Amino acid sequence: MSNDILVLVEHRDGVVAESAHELLGRARQLAGSSGGEAVAVVFGSGIDALAGQLGAASRVLTVDDPSLAQPTPAAYQAALVAILRERQPLLALVPNSGIGMDVAAGASAATGLPLAAYATAVEVDGGAPRVTCRIYGGKIDATVRFRDGRGIATVVTGAFPAAAGQVAGSPPVERVALPAADSRVRFVALHRPEAGDVDITREAILVSVGRGIGEQENLEIVGELAGALGGAVSSSRPIVDSGWLPRTRQVGKSGLRVKPKLYLALGISGAPEHLEGMRDAELIVAVNTDPRAPIFGVAHYGATVDLLDLVPALTRRLAG
Amino acid sequence: MELAVLLKQVPDLAEELEIDASGTDLEREWMTLVTNEFDDYALEEALQLRDEAGGSVTCLALDTGSADELLATCLAKGADRAIKVGSFERQPDSHTAARAFATALGRVPHDLVLTGVQAIDDLDGQVGPLVAAELDLPHVSVVTHIAIGPGGRAATVNQEYAGGVVAELEVDLPAVLGVQTSRVTPRYAPVSRVRQLMKTAEMGHVEAPTDGGSGLVVEAMALPQTGAGAEMLGGGADAVADRLVAILRERGLLKA
Repeated sequence: MSNDILVLVEHRDGVVAESAHELLGRARQLAGSSGGEAVAVVFGSGIDALAGQLGAASRVLTVDDPSLAQPTPAAYQAALVAILRERQPLLALVPNSGIGMDVAAGASAATGLPLAAYATAVEVDGGAPRVTCRIYGGKIDATVRFRDGRGIATVVTGAFPAAAGQVAGSPPVERVALPAADSRVRFVALHRPEAGDVDITREAILVSVGRGIGEQENLEIVGELAGALGGAVSSSRPIVDSGWLPRTRQVGKSGLRVKPKLYLALGISGAPEHLEGMRDAELIVAVNTDPRAPIFGVAHYGATVDLLDLVPALTRRLAG
Repeated sequence: MELAVLLKQVPDLAEELEIDASGTDLEREWMTLVTNEFDDYALEEALQLRDEAGGSVTCLALDTGSADELLATCLAKGADRAIKVGSFERQPDSHTAARAFATALGRVPHDLVLTGVQAIDDLDGQVGPLVAAELDLPHVSVVTHIAIGPGGRAATVNQEYAGGVVAELEVDLPAVLGVQTSRVTPRYAPVSRVRQLMKTAEMGHVEAPTDGGSGLVVEAMALPQTGAGAEMLGGGADAVADRLVAILRERGLLKA
């Protein structure tokens, strides 16, 4: 057993994901309290050079094999389980991404290590981790410990500042053997999004709509408001799933991360998956009839008026 | 193609959530429950796949006392069979739920197991990958498109990553998939039909272990501390619009 803090590093096209910096920055601080090391865990093919981007780690463990060139749930999980069993860290931090969700719960079942999901805060207290998990759509925080003091946490993107993990240096790389290959899930192809009509990541002003918009017809007055503001219309996931807007307009965990000067959130409750994509906007104004909607926790200004009344009232003032 | 769908109910977020006297759980006495929206997508996808490829859809829910309504809704939407699993006072943690579902699936034929990618209450992780690990089946989460391959030996699925990037994966069957969204909006079941089926439908029951636990110790539950939060603008739509225009002008965000 060790007091190490492991971090599962996501990467694509030779670049580590921002989540890796966020988690390694925190792992480095936690390792100071636990008396262990911050250890980066990387799966892939030809990945030694990635260590140069993982300066916040004391060591980098790699499972380097052509069969891991693209992430697949089964192979990643098998590799993570082998490392957890052998290294027995105090804590493993996994990004709450598609890949993280694939491997963390399965690794928990396979190793018997408990899992704390949707973590927004992690500390080491009295030698053991304590994790705060944001559940019930962002409406409740649960503070949990692991029964035997060791476990896995899936961490929401943006929970920790990436800057703490952007440390120069190239820690030593230790190669770990590929466990018995699991090829029951096979990579076929990676599809990147087609360029949309609007690149919402480059817009200074976004008028963003969620379920509270009610009907598709109401998008028209929202479009008029966006026009009057000189911005573009974006949305939360349900609007895109309904086919009301193209996927290129989706803000959030499975959409795009945006940092506009103004983010006007209309009828968006603010589930954690959405907040991941927009919490860094310079000015956030939220309109939602539920005064307890989590979106008000990150907004600078809020109102509980009916957006169907407010939107035309705003447009009139801006156009006139 | 034998399709199994795992479903559960979760607290309705449209209602106010309250913490109970212990400070470590929700106040559940008057709680309104709704079907986990992602489980609804899983069911819709299962019904679509059955209609394409033939076979049957079996819906499973833990018997928490309110499973009848959930399962009757599944039948009203067109599921072929409904099975209650185990006997629980309330919805257990995901690890316990997964063990119970895995036991039940030992007695339910399945080429493909579909469930919601996540639920708002899965504090100890998502049920899909936990069930897959219990049964030693392959698993893919965040799935948005499912196509059954020739002979039903494998399925091609899309897995969503951030930024709209999608991985196309091929998975051997049987497998467990965590469904993010269905190809069409989940169908609606008329309330009258659900009520009728609650009285008349035959639902199966499978015994399952109810113990195990998540290995987590909940120290506290609380409403999130979100810092100062938003400055709320009062008054009607016109008053709010006036304030907002002033705020945007002050910040130089209005076009000249």
